[in-house]
Amino acid sequence: MATSTGVSTSTIISSKDANIYYGNFLAVRDVTIDIPKNSITAFIGPSGCGKSTVLRCFNRLNDLITSFKMRGSIHYHGQDLYSPEIDPVAVRRQIGMVFQKPNPFPKSIYDNIAFGPRLVKYRGNMDELVERSLRGAALWDEVKDKLRESGLALSGGQQQRLCIARAIAMQPDVILMDEPCAALDPISTLKVEDLLQELKEKYTIVIVTHNMQQASRASDYTAFFNVEQTERGRTGYIAECDRTEVIFQNPQQQATQAYVSGRFG
Amino acid sequence: MNSNPSPTIDDVSSTSPLIKRLQRQPSSPRTLFNSFMTGLVFVCAACAIIPLFAVLWYVISQGGARLSTDLFTQLPPAANVLKGGGFGNAFIGTLTTVGIGSAIAIPCGILAAIFLSEFAKGTRLADWIGFLTNVLSGVPSIVVGVFAYSTVVLTTGGFSAVAGGFALAVLMLPIIVRTATEALALVPQESRQAAVGLGATRFQTVARVVLPAALPPILTGVMLAVARASGETAPLIFTALFKNFWADGVWEPTATLSVLVFNFATTPYKNQQELAAAGSLILVLMVLTASILSRLVVKRQ
Repeated sequence: MATSTGVSTSTIISSKDANIYYGNFLAVRDVTIDIPKNSITAFIGPSGCGKSTVLRCFNRLNDLITSFKMRGSIHYHGQDLYSPEIDPVAVRRQIGMVFQKPNPFPKSIYDNIAFGPRLVKYRGNMDELVERSLRGAALWDEVKDKLRESGLALSGGQQQRLCIARAIAMQPDVILMDEPCAALDPISTLKVEDLLQELKEKYTIVIVTHNMQQASRASDYTAFFNVEQTERGRTGYIAECDRTEVIFQNPQQQATQAYVSGRFG
Repeated sequence: MNSNPSPTIDDVSSTSPLIKRLQRQPSSPRTLFNSFMTGLVFVCAACAIIPLFAVLWYVISQGGARLSTDLFTQLPPAANVLKGGGFGNAFIGTLTTVGIGSAIAIPCGILAAIFLSEFAKGTRLADWIGFLTNVLSGVPSIVVGVFAYSTVVLTTGGFSAVAGGFALAVLMLPIIVRTATEALALVPQESRQAAVGLGATRFQTVARVVLPAALPPILTGVMLAVARASGETAPLIFTALFKNFWADGVWEPTATLSVLVFNFATTPYKNQQELAAAGSLILVLMVLTASILSRLVVKRQ
């Protein structure tokens, strides 16, 4: 189980025929996708097509929903993430998450960053780690003089970078981002996008976005999700997945073409 | 000025019917009704706070003259003593019984609330426990007293501060559970997700994120429960009983302020009646101090 079979060494997360259910309702079907290491993969598609649902499967955040069920497999470094011997808490420490709405804890900036490392009883120099994480999220210069102030006192864009810094502080392998710029103004959005390019040197990033320009500007790979109406509800699926320039300039499917050119969605 | 060439301003004289309709009419039924209702809600709001000030005025006028350190150092006088005395034993007894009650009810209540809102939320079990807690909060305090009498007094072989504290704990528990559950529900779901997303276990999420965020309103609930318990009389009559001397320990019958007020207010002696009023004043002040302290703590957060 522990060794990857037939998977390229540069693939970090590999999902195969994953079907995701809430109760008896099939929310997303047949998710087969490889996430390449040190790259940015964007999930695009109309609302309700299961982009976030799939993203949350990658670090087992969906486990919190009692009716959630997954059939099929999601492998991380060749290890099945859903096999019974896997501890979801440990998975989330390797695969970090940044949410749509900036959600700093009602604590100081310093304590926000140190929160994760303290969970795992980090033994190194905490001040250093906080500085390194904030520099990594391009926030250090703006907050270095007010580390003791509340994280909630920052602007929305700064809060989101604080959340990214908080995720980096856990020294994860993969960072999942669920529409990280949805609540930000265009300038803050550009800052986060610039940051993404720096982050992919060290981390693998999967980002859900509703912003087509963002996907085309910032990502290396793009998966286009679509949704179909069945008699039991709306089920999402991956319609097309390729290098970003292919998806945007020469998509194989009509629906992708229509979506990226803004004709629906 | 009718030569004003501006075509957009339709200059209508102020006596025109259109403008008349816009002007204030102090005697119209609608205006009168509005003024009347505004006055009515103001009077009702005043009515809501009058009892508090009336009670304060009464206890101060009746017992304020007896305020001195004697109250806290002297023992209650016997019936034939016409002057002096205090209720030091009852004051300490109230602190003891309420302290014992708090030591049982606060941790138990907060942990129960954590279970209800963090671990069993939305389950049938949680709904039932929440419902039964509400039922418990409606049980008359004298019934709780009888219950504590039969479970603690009869089994431990006597009236005691512990039995009184137990009865008070039963009364405090539903208040704490309810306010703490509500406080925890107010913590944004995003905070929990952020913690879980960083690899926090359930326990770490609750202990390091949810509980600190909910602490101010939980403290308010705790203070409310403490205030309620310190004034309870009926359950203490059966459990802590009373004693005219200093208590020898928590397993002995113990005097409390509320029972002292009950005993002395109904005697025909002026000295005792004054002490009852002074005891009431101290009780009110204790509750007031607790409320103000909890306010300050919440504000500082």
